[in-house]
Amino acid sequence: MAERVRVKRLTPPGHVRAPWYLRGKTGVIERPLGHFANPEQLAYGLPAGEKPLYRVRFTMSEVWGERAECPADTLDAELYGHWLERVGDHAS
Amino acid sequence: MPHDHHDHDHFHHEGMSPSGHPYREDNDAPLTYWQRMEIAVRELLVEKGRLSPAEIMAQIEAMDARSPANGAAVVARAWTDPAFKARLLADASEASREMGFDIGPLNLIAVENTADTHNLIVCTLCSCYPRNLLGLPPDWYKTRAYRSRAVREPRAVLREFGLDLPDHVTVRVHDSTADMRYIVLPARPEGTDGMGEAALAALVTRDSMIGTGLPRRP
Repeated sequence: MAERVRVKRLTPPGHVRAPWYLRGKTGVIERPLGHFANPEQLAYGLPAGEKPLYRVRFTMSEVWGERAECPADTLDAELYGHWLERVGDHAS
Repeated sequence: MPHDHHDHDHFHHEGMSPSGHPYREDNDAPLTYWQRMEIAVRELLVEKGRLSPAEIMAQIEAMDARSPANGAAVVARAWTDPAFKARLLADASEASREMGFDIGPLNLIAVENTADTHNLIVCTLCSCYPRNLLGLPPDWYKTRAYRSRAVREPRAVLREFGLDLPDHVTVRVHDSTADMRYIVLPARPEGTDGMGEAALAALVTRDSMIGTGLPRRP
């Protein structure tokens, strides 16, 4: 059973790599990718801690709602763990 | 702009010579901050003996030598060698290194087109592209139009590239938002039975590895 996650609806200042169009959207983890230096610090030449990175798969209907071109088509994006919250087991 | 030139040379501002040849305006403007920074850092590295001009030139030549032919060779190998294909789909970086391609620290993921799945690669945030394997990205890949529309209406974008996918084919768009780079493993065209790896590689276009096209037919 694929793990369902939601992209946090945050608007922090500075460099982030969680695309705006996916914030607040729910998808499933397609695969874990390992740990990578956090670009939110890396972008400023700061010491960057490693964060887990995941490929998350969304349906086009989840991303674009009724305006989706083809609801069952999918979109995969790479998202860092600190941008994701688990869905369905009452985690925040 | 016209206000700082005389009327007789107005055509200089239109990007077109009097005889109708388009041209690029001369870059007579002063160096930008970052251009000066690059020159300063490069000269310091050479001056302090950390890099030689020959090493810099060799690296530029290595970057310029990368082309979609590298990716095409990987695809053709996957078409002819099922074990290699399995390794490519499991770990595309390692499989590319196995073929001798110097892909550096690149984290590559290969996504496979099948009879019912078509994959399309985009980087909505900037222009992430597997340069080590495919060379420089095409200009359109970096445009706002491609980056925004590929995720919003991929089928319409594909139709503009001449690819009209039937409804039973699922489109999977891959947004390279972080550390991974992607290559599409297109489906092997029909009528290619018995063809060797080199002949097959010649069928693999750059666009077929981005997902905006299909391989040529023999």
